[in-house]
Amino acid sequence: MIGAEELRALTGKLLDAYPPATTDRTDFLRARFDAGLAWVHYPVGLGGLDAPRALQAVVDAELAAAGAPDNDPRKIGIGLGMAAPTVLAHGSDEVKRRFLRPLWVGEEVWCQLFSEPGAGSDLAALATRAVRDDAGDWIVDGQKVWTSSAHTARWAILIARTDPDAPKHRGITYFVCDMTDPGVEVRPLRQITGEAEFNEVFLTGVRIPDAHRLGDVGDGWRVAQTTLMNERVSIGGSRIPREGGMIGKAAATWRERPELRTHDLHRRLLDHWVDAEVARLAGERLRQQLVAGRPGPEGSAMKLAFARLNQAISGLEVELLGEEGLLYGEWEMRRPELVDFTGRDAGYRYLRSKGNSIEGGTSEVLLNIVAERVLGLPPEPRNDKDVAWKDLAR
Amino acid sequence: MTDVTESAEPTEPPLDLLYSETEEDLRAAVRGLLADRAGHQVVLGLIESDSPYVPGLWKPLAADIGAAGLLVPEKLGGQGASHREAAVVLEELGRAVTPLPYLSSSVVATETLLALAGESEAAAGLLAELAGGRTVAVLAVPLSTAPGAELPLTGPVAGVADAAIADVLLVPRADGLYAVPAAEATVEPQTPLDLTRPLARVATGEGSGTRLAGPEATGPAVRRGLLAGAGLLASEQLGLAEWCLEETVRYTRERHQFNRPVGSFQALKHRMAQLWLDLVGARAAARAAADSLATGSADAPLIVAVAQAYCSKVAVRAAEECVQLHGGIGMTWEHPAHLALKRAKSDQIALGSAGRHQDVIAALVGLEPPV
Repeated sequence: MIGAEELRALTGKLLDAYPPATTDRTDFLRARFDAGLAWVHYPVGLGGLDAPRALQAVVDAELAAAGAPDNDPRKIGIGLGMAAPTVLAHGSDEVKRRFLRPLWVGEEVWCQLFSEPGAGSDLAALATRAVRDDAGDWIVDGQKVWTSSAHTARWAILIARTDPDAPKHRGITYFVCDMTDPGVEVRPLRQITGEAEFNEVFLTGVRIPDAHRLGDVGDGWRVAQTTLMNERVSIGGSRIPREGGMIGKAAATWRERPELRTHDLHRRLLDHWVDAEVARLAGERLRQQLVAGRPGPEGSAMKLAFARLNQAISGLEVELLGEEGLLYGEWEMRRPELVDFTGRDAGYRYLRSKGNSIEGGTSEVLLNIVAERVLGLPPEPRNDKDVAWKDLAR
Repeated sequence: MTDVTESAEPTEPPLDLLYSETEEDLRAAVRGLLADRAGHQVVLGLIESDSPYVPGLWKPLAADIGAAGLLVPEKLGGQGASHREAAVVLEELGRAVTPLPYLSSSVVATETLLALAGESEAAAGLLAELAGGRTVAVLAVPLSTAPGAELPLTGPVAGVADAAIADVLLVPRADGLYAVPAAEATVEPQTPLDLTRPLARVATGEGSGTRLAGPEATGPAVRRGLLAGAGLLASEQLGLAEWCLEETVRYTRERHQFNRPVGSFQALKHRMAQLWLDLVGARAAARAAADSLATGSADAPLIVAVAQAYCSKVAVRAAEECVQLHGGIGMTWEHPAHLALKRAKSDQIALGSAGRHQDVIAALVGLEPPV
C-alpha cells in the first residue's frame, strides 16, 4: 500500500506542474483530484489512491505549506460528507465517474432531500412518491423541507417511496435528483432568527433516469444509512480551549460589564461555566479515546450536552444584557452561506441555539437512542413496523 | 449547516483522562475483594451495629493490595503510585458504598503528612505506618471543611469522619499540627445521616500528642490534604452514581407493570439516559481532577473545584433517581438504594459544598460577584 513518502513525492509533483501562485483555483483542484490527492483513501481514478485515510493529513499539510487553495469543505459539507460516501458505496462506475470530481472540486454543490413536513423524527414514514413511467424513468412528486444549500445545489440525494404497499422501511428507493429539473421549486424557509439557512423543496413531476438510482429498488432505507452514518463523523477532531464555545461570550460580557451583575445571574453563570468546562473535558476525553483507538458511545452524549448548554448560556446572556437584551441586531431576511452558532449577537445566539436540540436528531430521539443502544433498555412497543405504509395513520 | 467557529488549540499538554491497564487491573482487584467481603447486604447488616466497618476488610485492601500507600513514594514506605490509582480505588469504594477510612486516612491524612514528611521525622514515621496500612489516621476537622477553609484550632471538633476507627488523630492547633493517639483523645460518636461514614465529636487535651509541624507549615499541609480529598471524592461520587444508574437500568428492565418492562416507558428511559450523560461528564471531570493532582498541575485547584461542583450534584441526582425509579422497593430499608442516597447527600457537603467550590472557581477565573 502507498505510504507517506510516496504521497509527499506525488504532492511535490502536483505543485511543480501546477504552481498555486499562477494556477487558476478550479484548475488546481481538478488537477489535484486527477492526481489522486483529493481524498487519498478513495479508489484510483476517483480522486484517491487507495491509501490509508490517515495519510490525508500528510497531503493536506504539504499543500497548506505551499499555499495551495482548498475546496472550502465548509461550503460543500453535504456533498463531501453525505453524498460522496453514498455515491461511492452504491453508485455504478459511470455514476461515480460523472459525479465525484465536480462534487469534490466544488463546481457542483449538493443538497439532501430527506426530511418532509410529515416525516421528521420518523423519517421512514416519508410520503414523496417515485413512480416508474413507460420509458423506465422515475417521476417524483412530493415536498421536502429543512434543505440547506437547495438554492445553490446542482444535485440532490433524494429518498422517495416506490412501494406504498410495503412496510415503511422497505418501500423506499434512493436517487440522485437533478435540481435544475423544471419540476423542482425551491423556496426559502425563514427561521425564528429572521434568516433562512434552509429551504422547502417542492417536487412536481420531476424526472429521474433509472441510471441515477443508488442501490436496488426498495433498498433506499439501507442506502440512506450510509449517508446518515457519515453525518456525524467529524466529532472529536481537535482540542478546544477553556471558555472556547458559547460560554466564552457570556464570560466576556460578565467581565467587561460589572454594572450588569446580580447575585442570581452570578450563581447561574457559574453553574453554566462548570457545565461548559465539564463538557469540554468530556469532549477531550472522547478525543483521547478516539486517538487511542478505543471509541466509546460517549460521542452521542456530546450533541445533547452542547444543545442544552448553548441554549442555557445564550438565554442567560440575553438576560444579563438587561435593557440591551430587549433589542435584536436585525430581522432582515438573509441567506447566510455559513452559520456560526457563536456569531452575531446574544439574541441571535439564543434563537439559533433553539435549533440545536432539533436539527440532526431531536434531543428526545437521541435520548431514546442512548437509552436503548447504550443502556440496553427495552424499546417502546411499536405498531408501525409490519404495516403497509399506505395504512399508517397520518 | 456547518458550525464554523474556530479557536486556537490550547498549547499546554492535555490531562490524561483515560484509564491505564494498571489502573484497570487495580480496579478489578478492589472490585473482586469488595464483592467477596462487603456486598451491600453485608453493609446493610452492619450499619446499625456498634461499628459499620466490615471486620477484616481493611488489611487486604490497604496492605495486601497496597491501596493505603498509593500516594506515598516508595522511599517513604508507599507504593509510589499516584492520585490516578487512588481515584480508581475510590470509584470502587463509592460503587459499593463501603465503610472504610480510605478517603480520610489514605488520602486526606496521608497527603497532609506527605507535605510535612521532608521536615518532620515524626510525620515521615507516621506516614510510613499509614502507607503500610498498619495505622489509620484522620484529620480532626469537620468532614464539611473545604480546602482553604478556616480550621478549628481550639476545643472539641464535631463531625470528624472515621475518628471512631482511627489510631491517630491529626489535630491542628494554634501552634501547629499534632499527632494524638486515639487512646489519649475523647471520641464521642454522633448519629450520622450516612451510616457508612461514622462521625464523631473529638476532644484532645491541650498539648497532648506529638507536634509534627509549626503553625506556618500546618495551614498549607492541611490545605493540600483537603484538596486531594476533594479531588478524589469526585471519583467516589462517580463510582456511586455509576452503581445507581446500573442498578436502576437492571431493575427497570426486569420490573413489569402494564404488561411491559417499566424501563420501556420513555418517561423513565429519558431520565436514565440523562443520568448517563451526566456520568459521561462526571467521569471526565473526576479523571481530570485525579490527573491534575497526580501531575501537580498548577490548574489542580481549579479542576478540583470544577470536579466537586459537578460530581457532587451528579451523585445526588443519580441516587435520588435510583430511589424514585425503583418505586416502592427503593423506599425500603432492605434495599441498598438508601445507602447510596445517604452517602451521596453527605458527600455533597463533605470537603466543601458545590457553592463553596463555585466561589473558588469564580475567584480563579475572574468571574467576580457583583460588588
